[in-house]
Amino acid sequence: MAVEHPAAAPPGDQSRIHNIGYRSYDGPRLGRAYARRSLYSQSLRGAYGLGRSAKSKVLPMLLFVVMCVPAAIMVAVAVATKANDLPLDYTRYAIVMQAVISLYVASQAPQSVSRDLRFKTVPLYFSRPIETADYVRAKYAALASALFVLTAAPLLVLYVGALLAKLDFADQTEGFAQGLVSVALLSLLFAGIGLVVASVTPRRGFGIAAVIAVLTISYGAVSTLQAIADVQDSSGAVVWIGLFSPITLVDGVQSAFLGAASAFPGGTGPGTGEGVVYVLVALGLIAAAHGLLMRRYKKVGL
Amino acid sequence: MYDPTVARLTYRALLGRRRALILGALPLLLLVISVAVRALAGADDQTTADVLGGLALATMVPIIGVIAGTGAIGPEIDDGSVVYLLSKPVKRPTIIFTKLIVAIAVTMVFSAVPTLIAGLVLNGNGQQIAVAYTVAALVASIAYAAVFLLLGTVSRHAVVFGLVYALVWEALFGSLVPGARTLSVQQWSLAVAHKVSDGQLVTSDVGLPTATVLLAAVTVLATWYAGQRLRSLTLAGEE
Repeated sequence: MAVEHPAAAPPGDQSRIHNIGYRSYDGPRLGRAYARRSLYSQSLRGAYGLGRSAKSKVLPMLLFVVMCVPAAIMVAVAVATKANDLPLDYTRYAIVMQAVISLYVASQAPQSVSRDLRFKTVPLYFSRPIETADYVRAKYAALASALFVLTAAPLLVLYVGALLAKLDFADQTEGFAQGLVSVALLSLLFAGIGLVVASVTPRRGFGIAAVIAVLTISYGAVSTLQAIADVQDSSGAVVWIGLFSPITLVDGVQSAFLGAASAFPGGTGPGTGEGVVYVLVALGLIAAAHGLLMRRYKKVGL
Repeated sequence: MYDPTVARLTYRALLGRRRALILGALPLLLLVISVAVRALAGADDQTTADVLGGLALATMVPIIGVIAGTGAIGPEIDDGSVVYLLSKPVKRPTIIFTKLIVAIAVTMVFSAVPTLIAGLVLNGNGQQIAVAYTVAALVASIAYAAVFLLLGTVSRHAVVFGLVYALVWEALFGSLVPGARTLSVQQWSLAVAHKVSDGQLVTSDVGLPTATVLLAAVTVLATWYAGQRLRSLTLAGEE
């Protein structure tokens, strides 16, 4: 019921604006770069459950331990038996432990982006002085760094152990450096794929399943086809099929350029020419992941 | 014991929007691969058994089971909307049973049917391999759906634990520690498949009687305990 009120206050001197003491902010404004750095460090901490509940620390820490324990055992064996070489190459370690890495990406990529979508906090981020590119790069860099920590830590354990076991310094340092380059590429690749898949769904559960499906099924499909192509004696096909799953892509790059033994069936990795294609595809995938994420966050919300 | 409304809601939660695409992508990939393998290698019984056993039964069925089983109840508990369902005069075991039926149906449709088609494409059901692996996928669907539905009511990280079971326990430990194979849904379903197929291409480490008993026991126990869990469900706050 709209009742016509008479004009509350007659015009004149009686109307005035009260000063109730609001003050404008005159402290330092930290700006865009600071916001981007904060988002990066918070996402990186979040990827290991730091600053979150105890329950959400369990899984990433458990996976981290599972990654490092085999390295520690290998070092112990190498020291005890006075071996001349580590039982496993630096570059091979991540390939062998790929199930753990996949599980880590699958559990932490949705944690990083899906919750922002589900609780509709993305618009709040963009009400700060950050742009789409800042959000995407901060999240991408944070997950890639977290993965690098996960994959490089066991290599460090191996390296320190190898030096303690008095293995050849130059040889070990070269292997360690090659391993670091390889896991850096792997981290960027896996983080990109994980984030692209996870940013599509606000449901954490579906995100996890979708990421693991992309990583596992592509590897399963590629290794099945490779095994069959190897039986058919078409080793050329083995190499080209390897382009279609992330882990075989990394395997191909490192066996072409980083002196690694290939894990492909038949043991013949790509040569230099094919290796260039591998590198290009890997870099293209990373760029594509970044581009897709930028497109995904052009429009905020779902 | 079966509530059509709950079933309809669960179907919508599982297949609505883009989720059917995730579920549909895996079987599609299996079909593409089997066509490629047939073109590359021709019809070969051993290859067929490798593809169906390694890719379809060992990877695809568990992943679809995880998505369907935990997806039937997990998201609802996660976002708290399950209270609206629980406050209706429907028995909690009925809710679980209905969701189980839906999860089993979805898993079967998206895993057993493509397995059959892939088997037919690969070698035209020579030595009954296609049918054997389809039966295995059907049997495994029931057990996986029940186990992962239980996980969905027990833990907020049901998907991760489900995947750890399917990928780490069955694939990794199963290939390293022979004893772990006795406790694997995959091997139990292979035991049933072994009975169906004629040849020696489909083998299992578990005898048929043991496998049948274990399959039935796991399914029934998981469903019963999931019902109990739902009866005393406490809604967790946001972590």
